[in-house]
Amino acid sequence: MFNRLCTPLIAAICISLAAFAVAPEAYAAWDLDMPIGKSTLADEIMGLHHLILIVCTVICIGVFGFAFYTFLTCRRSKGAKAASFSHSTRAEIIWTIIPTVILIAMAIPSARTILKIEDTSGADISIKITGYQWKWSYDYLDEDMFFYSSIDAASSAAAQKNSGIDPATVKNYLRNVDKPMVVPVNKKIRILLTANDVIHSWWVPELYVKKDANPGFINEAWFEAKETGIYRGQCTELCGRGHGFMPIVVAVVTDDEYRQWLEGGLAWDQTKQELIAVNLFQADEPADQLAAL
Amino acid sequence: MTDQTAAHDHHGDHHDAPPSNFLDRWVFTTNHKDIGTLYLIFSLVMFFVGGTMALIIRAELFQPGLQFVEPQFFNSMTTVHALVMVFGAVMPAFVGLANWLIPMMVGAPDMALPRMNNWSFWLLVAAFTILVSTLFMPGGAPAGGWTLYPPLVLQTGDAFPFMVFAIHIMGASSIMGSINVIVTIMNMRAPGMTLMKMPMFVWTWLITAYLLIAVMPVLAGAVTMLLTDRYFGTSFFNAAGGGDPVLFQHVFWFFGHPEVYIMILPAFGVVSQIIPTFSRKPLFGYSSMVYATASIAFLSFIVWAHHMFTTGMPIAGQLFFMLATMLIAIPTAVKIFNWLSTMWKGELTFETPMLFSIAFVLLFTIGGFSGLMLAIAPADYQYHDTYFVVAHFHYVLVPGAVFTLMAAAYYWLPKWTGYMYNEKIGKLHFWCSAIFVNVLFFPQHFVGLAGMPRRIPDYPTQFADFNAISSVGAFLFGFSQLLFVAAIWSSVKGKQKATDQVWDGAKGLEWTLPSPAPYHSFNEPPHID
Ligand SMILES: [Cu+2]
Repeated sequence: MFNRLCTPLIAAICISLAAFAVAPEAYAAWDLDMPIGKSTLADEIMGLHHLILIVCTVICIGVFGFAFYTFLTCRRSKGAKAASFSHSTRAEIIWTIIPTVILIAMAIPSARTILKIEDTSGADISIKITGYQWKWSYDYLDEDMFFYSSIDAASSAAAQKNSGIDPATVKNYLRNVDKPMVVPVNKKIRILLTANDVIHSWWVPELYVKKDANPGFINEAWFEAKETGIYRGQCTELCGRGHGFMPIVVAVVTDDEYRQWLEGGLAWDQTKQELIAVNLFQADEPADQLAAL
Repeated sequence: MTDQTAAHDHHGDHHDAPPSNFLDRWVFTTNHKDIGTLYLIFSLVMFFVGGTMALIIRAELFQPGLQFVEPQFFNSMTTVHALVMVFGAVMPAFVGLANWLIPMMVGAPDMALPRMNNWSFWLLVAAFTILVSTLFMPGGAPAGGWTLYPPLVLQTGDAFPFMVFAIHIMGASSIMGSINVIVTIMNMRAPGMTLMKMPMFVWTWLITAYLLIAVMPVLAGAVTMLLTDRYFGTSFFNAAGGGDPVLFQHVFWFFGHPEVYIMILPAFGVVSQIIPTFSRKPLFGYSSMVYATASIAFLSFIVWAHHMFTTGMPIAGQLFFMLATMLIAIPTAVKIFNWLSTMWKGELTFETPMLFSIAFVLLFTIGGFSGLMLAIAPADYQYHDTYFVVAHFHYVLVPGAVFTLMAAAYYWLPKWTGYMYNEKIGKLHFWCSAIFVNVLFFPQHFVGLAGMPRRIPDYPTQFADFNAISSVGAFLFGFSQLLFVAAIWSSVKGKQKATDQVWDGAKGLEWTLPSPAPYHSFNEPPHID
């Protein structure tokens, strides 16, 4: 019985490992940790993450080490004889106090960071972001700028069931949009989040900002990007069939470029996935979007 | 009233042998062992139903692009997989163990309320028949996630009222089961068995039963509010009518967090029985184990909003829920240290139940630590709703709760059937499960940290490698579970008679009974010194 069960199992392992070995090279990205942050709070949050991760790992190694030492030395096959002790008040007090101290030490910096995350005062630019099934809209409150931002055509085509298009051939598959949110670097951006239908959640991992967009309510969050660049994220609250298909792209640009973009001088080039200069007189997309409302 | 009548009636039908008629034995039964068996078989079936759904999910996620299912169906799979595993597999399995073991452990002939016992089992079957049937309804099965957040859940098709009804029935079943456990433990202990002499499994179930009675009505209330919002014009969760969708999340998690402990406290009880047996040493720190269990249960009521840091909570709320959640680490750490100290200086042998219990202690530690990380609110803003969370709760539920269920099955099967299971198959099952469960869930930490949201049917290509590994692990883990069935079968159709003692280090009243245990456990109460 035993051998009959073993053979198919080993065969299954071999087949699946072989299948894995031929997986396309284009997928290789073995990120093990959070991305390096590009916002002012990112290092602090990542620092907390690393601190708690290290504390947990060290204790974990201690627990596993003690456990395996016990398994190796206190086993019947090594002739161990059972002791009969069943409690030790001193040990129990010690291992109640030590975790308590560690936890207090963790709680203090965490609380400090929460205060900073929640401090949306003194923002340079306020943008109202609305989640829809299944796209986002960006409304620049102090400017004449409003637009919808949906998944780009190439990702969308490849993401149809059995589309025949290899996602590896689509640049930034499922993380590209037709129109990105554009903000200037080194400016405190306050975002006001809401939703039109169901709950969504706005997250850009490299900017270390995530907040839910609740229909009928407005949530606040903020970030200040330290470097120009294109930062990508996705909706992180299950919002129906298109939940995996409402990406977020934030283009962080210089002040000048931001001004140009507001005036219609820069537009998002979907194939190149960067902001490019456009003829000012033909750039009427933001106005078109407003008219479409 | 009915409860009392049932309790009186059952004194009249003390027979020593089970009824020979199939219907009388397996449908109308009021015997705690037969009902326990029904619960355990039911949960095993549900484990495979939910597992099949998990494999559909992992098959779709094996590589980027949509190969097998449409996104809506994918969402139904994640939703129903969770509902089936939580309410159909893990909880009923522990109720099955409670039924089998509590009367034997406290020296009682049967559960206190045998007719209600029968009713609570068949209600559960009804609930899950309804739930699974929603897969075939217009609009498909519920697809808003097992957390049922409105407004999304209100977009469910024809399945919506059936889902709510199924949850109501299932809740009624759980409450009846819990009442039965509490009444049995409070009233039917053998003379001399004080509360502080009860086996840990009985203690953890007593506390779990109170948790269930406290929170199942909360869940019922939450889904009833959903029902009236959809059909009767109320606006509990609709801002346009003065409600708030986040209110639902508060109510749901007030149920949901204790629910997590409902699934893990009896697991603590199981390993607290098994580890001393195979260490040939008494459980280290029995009374601190009891107090730790009680404090975890208490804390479970005041941490619910740690699931909701990103919903827009006041700072004071975030600080409170962060600190309260971190506190849970203390009694949990006490438990882990106590189990390790039980093994320390013991005389260890590594039969299958012990192997599963050890894997539980070690892998639950990993799940506990990722839980502590999630408690750190500023970091949780990044972890929330990513695969990091998926990895975390699967670590506490699969090598956590599910492994202890398997440990329990291997540990008590010889007592139940009278025959030893095949140790080779058991060990093979253990090693396959313990290795593949890590192949399955460990990489999910990495993709979560790297930025992969949970509950998505398709993902950006940079997450492909770890997802492929995870899917391979899932299929290997899934098919390894057939070994569990083979091992159970080897005990049911066993060759090697089990002794009454079964395990040389086992302590407790259930081991004083013959193997297999007689139809009525203790007709004469044993005396405890
Ligand atoms: Cu969304």
